[in-house]
Amino acid sequence: MAEKEKDVLLQIKDLHIEGYSDEKWIEIVHGVDLTLHKGEVMGLIGESGAGKSTIGLAAMGFARDGCRISEGSVEFDGMELTTTSEADRRALRGSRIAYVAQSAAASFNPAHRLIDQHTEAPVYHRMMKRVESQEDATQLYERLRLPNPDEIGFRYPHQVSGGQLQRAMTAMAMSCRPDLIIFDEPTTALDVTTQIEVLLAIRDIVEQFNTAAIYITHDLAVVAQMADTIKVLLKGNEVEEADTRTMLENPKDDYTKSLWAVRSFKRDQKERPGGDAVPVVSVKNIDAAYGPVKVLEDVSFDIYSGMTVAVVGESGSGKSTTARCITGLLPPTAGSIEFKGETLPPSYKQRSKDQLRQAQMIYQMADTALNPKVRICDIIGRPAEFYGGLKGGELKGRIDELLDMIELDPAKFYYRYPPELSGGQKQRVGIARALAAEPTFIICDEVTSALDQLVAEGILKLLDRLQKELNLAYMFITHDLATVRSIADEVVVMKEGKVVEQGPKDQMFTPPHHPYTDLLLSSVPEMDPDWLTQLVEDRGADQLGEAADRD
Amino acid sequence: MSDVLSIVLKRLGLGVITLFVISVLIFGAVEMLPGDIAEAVLGMGATEENVAAMREQLGLNQPAPVRYFDWLSGAVVGDFGVSLVTQTPVGEVIGPRFANTLFLATYAAAIAVPVAIFLGVVVALLRNTLFDRVANVLALTSISSPEFFLGYILILYLSVKTGMFPAIAKISGDMTFLELLQRTFLPALTMVLVVVAHMMRMTRAAIINLLSSPYIEMARLKGMPAWRVIIKHALPNAWAPIINVVALNLAYLITGVVLVEVVFVYPGIGQLLVDSVTKRDFTVVQACCLIFAATFILLNLAADVLAILTNPRLRYKK
Repeated sequence: MAEKEKDVLLQIKDLHIEGYSDEKWIEIVHGVDLTLHKGEVMGLIGESGAGKSTIGLAAMGFARDGCRISEGSVEFDGMELTTTSEADRRALRGSRIAYVAQSAAASFNPAHRLIDQHTEAPVYHRMMKRVESQEDATQLYERLRLPNPDEIGFRYPHQVSGGQLQRAMTAMAMSCRPDLIIFDEPTTALDVTTQIEVLLAIRDIVEQFNTAAIYITHDLAVVAQMADTIKVLLKGNEVEEADTRTMLENPKDDYTKSLWAVRSFKRDQKERPGGDAVPVVSVKNIDAAYGPVKVLEDVSFDIYSGMTVAVVGESGSGKSTTARCITGLLPPTAGSIEFKGETLPPSYKQRSKDQLRQAQMIYQMADTALNPKVRICDIIGRPAEFYGGLKGGELKGRIDELLDMIELDPAKFYYRYPPELSGGQKQRVGIARALAAEPTFIICDEVTSALDQLVAEGILKLLDRLQKELNLAYMFITHDLATVRSIADEVVVMKEGKVVEQGPKDQMFTPPHHPYTDLLLSSVPEMDPDWLTQLVEDRGADQLGEAADRD
Repeated sequence: MSDVLSIVLKRLGLGVITLFVISVLIFGAVEMLPGDIAEAVLGMGATEENVAAMREQLGLNQPAPVRYFDWLSGAVVGDFGVSLVTQTPVGEVIGPRFANTLFLATYAAAIAVPVAIFLGVVVALLRNTLFDRVANVLALTSISSPEFFLGYILILYLSVKTGMFPAIAKISGDMTFLELLQRTFLPALTMVLVVVAHMMRMTRAAIINLLSSPYIEMARLKGMPAWRVIIKHALPNAWAPIINVVALNLAYLITGVVLVEVVFVYPGIGQLLVDSVTKRDFTVVQACCLIFAATFILLNLAADVLAILTNPRLRYKK
């Protein structure tokens, strides 16, 4: 036991953190304890608002602007971070405790080359000379299997892809050989195939240098690959903590169990209507280009009424571009879009009001897709008024009906503004706005990817219910195969602007697959702590590298 | 870099078109001024025949479009015609005056721009402290006081009461450079006070605007001190808006100095413009206005190019 005590690197006791909003301090973390030993990796999981990032930053003695550590102690290697001077805390940051942020693209300074940002901390903390640190960077880049390790550091962030940037950021965190790294959702913004490469890189390098880490994520399958122990958080409180295997096999708390069970929603696959039924939307051999750059080539698929077609692929594969062609925002350069057997004009400008009404969209970021200065009733009422010509009491009745449909109480939500709503509620308003036009076809563009899993599941169930009630056709754009598994009837796999494979869902999820479909499917992390290790053995590390460096 | 070049060429082309439109507006505006040069020169007692003769002599009896194209075709090759009052070429009238104005503007800019950016960085660093508030109040006070008022205050304290600087900025060609600087210090300082506030506040706002960016948090989490975070991580990303405000203020230093020149009796282009308007010396007025317009266009072009050069995303393609 004494031996164990000596190995303790970070000890957080009864941590309380407050955030300033509406002119008063509100507690957001309510007394969390955390003990981390040297070389240990702890996973912090929970939904948004659980306080994961806040606690992670507090481990560096850091509170974001508008937050403060109000109570408790954070002891790092014998030093009490809450009471020591800011200069002492600064001396630790970057040198002994490093941070890897969620979006490397946003967290690298766009004005400086990667290498200048990499060497900044070691040179400033006087741990290495600039030249040494630069050589060290090259070696780290090589270990993290970045392409052209000698040269890549001399690029600016915008010249490097997302997956590579995330690895370069891990290299930067390693630059001073810290004792502890805080990983804050480092792979959330990446495609599944890229995610694997980054996960492997992080795991290897943390093992090699025996670095302790706090790994923050909302993805259970990911944390299962990375962490020795897992701590579950809910609304600023600890739910439970256990080593990874115990936690996965035998979660004790009901909340943890509900998180584990979340991927359970699955509905039966519907078959295409027989006979001479006409598809609602038929995409026929379309090509599209942004200026001289061709982005879509010979894309074709049909969507029948009452059915969901999931369009999957990595970022840049042309999923959203296809949606833009269907809605007429980007007229295709060849091919055509048919709606119930009738060819639509290529540009939305030439389409009739009724044609526009029939196809609606729901967006990924409900935050930015709803005007924050407009009341909910006006957001939903506008399309009902514009397309349906409703006014006065009739309009109000329709808005109430729509709010009921999305399971929000009209009495409570009618006059509210979007910023007063939670993420899930905002997405529901987005759905109601699409429904207000009484469409027959809805394009759902990554509608659940910005949401927590429990909330996302609620949205999927709602969409499914509405589809049954209103016989809607959905085009479901997503990169999340778990979502596809739960809601799709047919799947279209896209890669580099082309359709690689398409067919009914059950067939797509049963081998044999097209090699690319196979790569996508096998890249989705599973809740088995040995999954990543197994995958590396199956595929061989070299092939993994190629998959990720293509982006 | 060829992209930058093509942008410059495109903007220059647009600038020429803008100048052409402005030349029409200037000519039209001058045409609409009441009265004409012949009446102004000959005075109240002139007979109609005298006025008509004078008009013919000056070419004023031709229709406006003809005179416009005569003027424009000259202006394109740098010949702005002759002053209607003194009968000397407009170039000779304006040249030395414009040089004086440029000198004063450069003098003021050389002080104002570094001071404004330095202060902007400092107040961003010390934001929401007493220093920040005092600096903001002072800056707002100087920006909202009329130039002539600032000028007279400076004359009162730095010239009349202490005699450190001359109240009248009359200059001549045989002065040494140091003498020139001392002579024109008060008008330059007046202009500095007028423009510093605007640039300082923009620098502060542009930097503070970036402080919530993830890469700023990253720099702080690498243990960088506040001054380094601002100078190394925020400022390089804030240049574009700062450069634009600097360009606008530089243009103002050249084209907006009439009052300052009058207060300090400085022989610049602003005074010349006012005198020429009262004397109905149309050719000089038109040339001055065209020079002002060209100044604005060129400075804005320079600002755009500089803003591109400070942004690696535009300098280096993927």
